[in-house]
Amino acid sequence: MTAGMPFYVSPEQLMKDRADFARKGIARGRSVVVLAYDNGIAFVAENPSRALHKVSEIYDRIAFAAVGKYNEFENLRVAGVRYADLRGYSYDRSDVTARGLANAYAQTLGAVFTQESKPYEVEIVVAEVGTTPDTDQVYRLTYDGSVADEHGFVAMGGGAEQIETGLKEQWREGLHLSEALALAVDLVGADPAGGPNRELTPAQLEVAVLDRDRPRRTFRRITGPLLERLLSSDDPTRDAPPADDGADDHSARDATTNPQTQRPDQDGQPE
Amino acid sequence: MTTGANGRLPTAYLVPGSSSFTEFLSAQAPALLPSGRALPPGAAVDAPHGTTIVTLTYPGGVVMAGDRRATMGNLIANRDMEKVFATDEYSLVGIAGTAGLAIELVRLFQVELEHYEKIEGTLMSLEGKANRLASMIRGNLGMAMQGLSVVPVFAGFDAGTGIGRIFSYDVTGGCYEEHDHHSVGSGSLFARGSLKKLHRRGGTLDDAVRTAVEALYDAADDDSATGGPDVGRRIWPTIGIVDDDGARFVPDDEIAPVVDAILAARVDNPGGAR
Repeated sequence: MTAGMPFYVSPEQLMKDRADFARKGIARGRSVVVLAYDNGIAFVAENPSRALHKVSEIYDRIAFAAVGKYNEFENLRVAGVRYADLRGYSYDRSDVTARGLANAYAQTLGAVFTQESKPYEVEIVVAEVGTTPDTDQVYRLTYDGSVADEHGFVAMGGGAEQIETGLKEQWREGLHLSEALALAVDLVGADPAGGPNRELTPAQLEVAVLDRDRPRRTFRRITGPLLERLLSSDDPTRDAPPADDGADDHSARDATTNPQTQRPDQDGQPE
Repeated sequence: MTTGANGRLPTAYLVPGSSSFTEFLSAQAPALLPSGRALPPGAAVDAPHGTTIVTLTYPGGVVMAGDRRATMGNLIANRDMEKVFATDEYSLVGIAGTAGLAIELVRLFQVELEHYEKIEGTLMSLEGKANRLASMIRGNLGMAMQGLSVVPVFAGFDAGTGIGRIFSYDVTGGCYEEHDHHSVGSGSLFARGSLKKLHRRGGTLDDAVRTAVEALYDAADDDSATGGPDVGRRIWPTIGIVDDDGARFVPDDEIAPVVDAILAARVDNPGGAR
């Protein structure tokens, strides 16, 4: 064949090459585990950085977790915050849903996968904590725009398959936060090659929760002494205390931002 | 309206850069901005007006209180309107002027602060917040010239120095730091006189709350647009506090005894405390 003449590549081959490329990029990263516990949804990532987050707040009851290329998922995160804030501002805060956001992400990832020169090397989770465990929603989105509605737990990134196997065996409904975190940290630290587990210290972990019982903004990072207490097997701490972060029950953070209904005791919001 | 063609996120959403929600809104949905209204030139609009807000510092924090009345000409448009708002964990805004516009502005300001916090992963500095509010007032100048002005007062807790600070604004967006106390709205002249005489720098939080209610009473005494405490309906002023623990509101059952004490002390003594 003459040099310079374009090769014919079948659409199947083209998509397969793009998928392989994206998968390779994602598998290089460290993993993130998302799992439900009795009072909410927990996110555990191996991430020594305090500034470059893999888990973030999107809206009152919605969080975002990602693995893969930082600049790509950071763009998606910012887009999600903009989408949610604009939607909440023009309609009402209760009209922002994880399902809507997951759809927008799916369309975006799908369009980038087929139309742009390279797919996003990311995998993301959009999770929304409900008022009861059966109303929790967890969506996993892959580089090609596929969406899966997950129940209970998700693992992403390098070693995800092995972690999912472990979660299938050991996760059950109604775990306390301390049990859920211990399980996730144990699986994240497992060696895919079958060697001894790595002991992950709190400084190497990024942990956050969507806490069902917080009145408005349910997202909360768990760091420092509280994380140590939750991970320590001989400490009785089983859940994040409601007022641990210095915010009392009537904190403005917890009230809704509709100026006319901002006082929780006056508009029937849970206290 | 929040997704583009084919349901995907518009390209502008994915562009890194600005962490300001107002800037994003003015590019994506300018009609939703408080200043996005088109008014016919020269027309005067009769709309409800919010009236008096007082704010004063005490060691370690700041108190802000507002009466509950909104007026439209000689009518009382609303007798239980809230005019003091928590804008984030450590700040409060009180508004005087065109009520509809002011409330929309506060709502945008609240989203602006939370949006910044989420995108940047950190709280905005107190001066940063005061300046963001100034730029939003500046954007409203056109409306103000047609009679729809909004005059807020902003107060927050400065975590660096551990004190409460007050910022006032003019219609052009000028932002000035005030010391000890400030008041805005139609009854502010009388409230300011009262604050000047009653404010004590070393006073406690309870003293500051009482002084705020006294000042609102004095405003309502001489300004028909400011509502006094409504004993029949049990409608009390809105009182917000911001200190080390964050922003919160004084519950009605704690305001009632303060109001009752002030009313009792003013019987046969209309000038009140001095």
